[in-house]
Amino acid sequence: MTREEERTQDSAPDVGASHPSVAIETRHTGLRPSSDEKVFELKHLSVHYGDNPAVKNISMDVFHKNITALIGPSGCGKSTLIRCLNRMNDLVPSARVEGELLYHGEDLYGPKVDPVQVRKMIGMVFQKPNPFPKSIYDNIAFGPRILGMKGDMDEIVEKALRKGAIWDEVKDRLDDNAFGMSGGQQQRLCIARCIAVEPDVILMDEPCSALDPISTGKIEDLMMELKENYSIVIVTHNMQQAARVSDRTAFLIVELTADEQNRWGEIVEYDETETIFTNPADKRTEDYVTGKVG
Amino acid sequence: MTESAVPPTERARFAVAGARANVAAALGSQPRGDVIRNNLFAGLLLLAILIALAGLVALLAQAFAEGAPALSTKLITEPPSTIDTANAGFRPALIGSVVMILFVIGLIVPLGVGAAVYLEEYADGTKWWNRVIELNIQNLAAVPSIIYGILGLGLIVRGPLDLGFVLFAGAMTLALLVLPIVIIAGREAIRAVPPSIREGSLALGATQWQTIRRQVLPAAIPGVATGVILAVSRALGETAPLLLVGATVFVTADPTPFDGNYSALPVQIFQYATRPQEEFQTLAAAGIILMLVVLIAMNSVAIWLRNRYEQKW
Repeated sequence: MTREEERTQDSAPDVGASHPSVAIETRHTGLRPSSDEKVFELKHLSVHYGDNPAVKNISMDVFHKNITALIGPSGCGKSTLIRCLNRMNDLVPSARVEGELLYHGEDLYGPKVDPVQVRKMIGMVFQKPNPFPKSIYDNIAFGPRILGMKGDMDEIVEKALRKGAIWDEVKDRLDDNAFGMSGGQQQRLCIARCIAVEPDVILMDEPCSALDPISTGKIEDLMMELKENYSIVIVTHNMQQAARVSDRTAFLIVELTADEQNRWGEIVEYDETETIFTNPADKRTEDYVTGKVG
Repeated sequence: MTESAVPPTERARFAVAGARANVAAALGSQPRGDVIRNNLFAGLLLLAILIALAGLVALLAQAFAEGAPALSTKLITEPPSTIDTANAGFRPALIGSVVMILFVIGLIVPLGVGAAVYLEEYADGTKWWNRVIELNIQNLAAVPSIIYGILGLGLIVRGPLDLGFVLFAGAMTLALLVLPIVIIAGREAIRAVPPSIREGSLALGATQWQTIRRQVLPAAIPGVATGVILAVSRALGETAPLLLVGATVFVTADPTPFDGNYSALPVQIFQYATRPQEEFQTLAAAGIILMLVVLIAMNSVAIWLRNRYEQKW
């Protein structure tokens, strides 16, 4: 609590009688400096499905080799937002993206940009593990094969499985069906599959929400290892998870029109995780992270 | 609740009695009325299936009973004859049917799967012409087969293609007849592949075609195989359209695909059955048995292929 006291003495605006704090034991020892290179720059990004808005006016920067978490209540468009980052929203015919989204300074939605190429650099792990109905080996090898990656396929598969922290568990049964694994193993397989194509960024849409706490812990450990080489953006319902693993956190909420016909997500605050959880600037953030509102 | 503890108040006694009644209802045996109703319903369903099976068994039994005397290898090796019943067979008809079915499979698999893939993966369902196509494919599956015969006569035998009364024309006519079955079965099979598999593939940087070819189609093979089995079974037994495209001729020589007269098993059976002599009736029944054997053989191969590619979700 001493740190709390220091902060309130110094500069932070007093956000209320009770100091917001979530008892967190972080997994990382230090924060990445904010002068890092920017991977994504979102400028007034909005997404509409037909006439219905999903997210509006999102402006934030995602930094290199950071873990960036998106938290917020259900329906605030976190999944929609993360799917913009690798152009998966293109698969929905009625989706319309406005505003600017820069990837390493280049417009991700430019006219000459091919979504297929984008997805080779920006991979995604989904909420429900979705291994292919093939063997473990073929699951990992699928990506490198279609991308025409050079090199010994056995080595590529082993490397990916090692990086995905699952090699020891499957090295004797690479030809087994991927569905014979537990949920946590399947999700780590999906992460290994994503890594096998050597992306730049890994997007994770609630990767642990369908898993038990032990598997969740293993995947969080894995994320801390992966952060050395990849930039990670994670959507999570579990704000303690965001507090544990992320370097920066964005908090989104649901806004409604007066007649409650339309609802969309907007960003409230985006800052270093410690700040969000110990000393947020906005009262709404404080209410959410302390559990006052759902 | 012990028996000896008698609740003091009237209200409490009622509550306990009610609770005991609920427990007895929940844990007791089924009331008589329900048991009778359940058994009656199960009995009716069993009766329905027995009637259906009985019809099928009666058909098969009659065919076997009538045709048994004529069963011999001569059925397969000898050409038909209107005079020599002891040495008559189905040879050209058998060859004609088998070759036609092979051509039909060669036509319907690429066309049917291709159409199913287009309709499911590439077509925009909101555009009106795609909805028209969809509606018409379902209708085509229900069109009487003789109409396909007229179509074959007008467009394939004569008309633009002008192939004449040859085996390949018969094969094309049959292929058109059964194509909707393959398309519909193929679409169902492709639809059954979970979207999560497609998303996972696309998220790795695969193109739509790579996803279809390497994830969707391999997973859809069992469903497509079922469609082909149904289509082949139907095509093997169709007589009416073949009558219009040239299979009526009494053929004694082995047929060739693109040239000359041909026949098919159902037509040959029909030709035997319309003759008055007793021996020809027996031959016709034997022909039915032969057709069943061919059908079971083809379906067994298809089912084996399908099981090989069956995948567990």
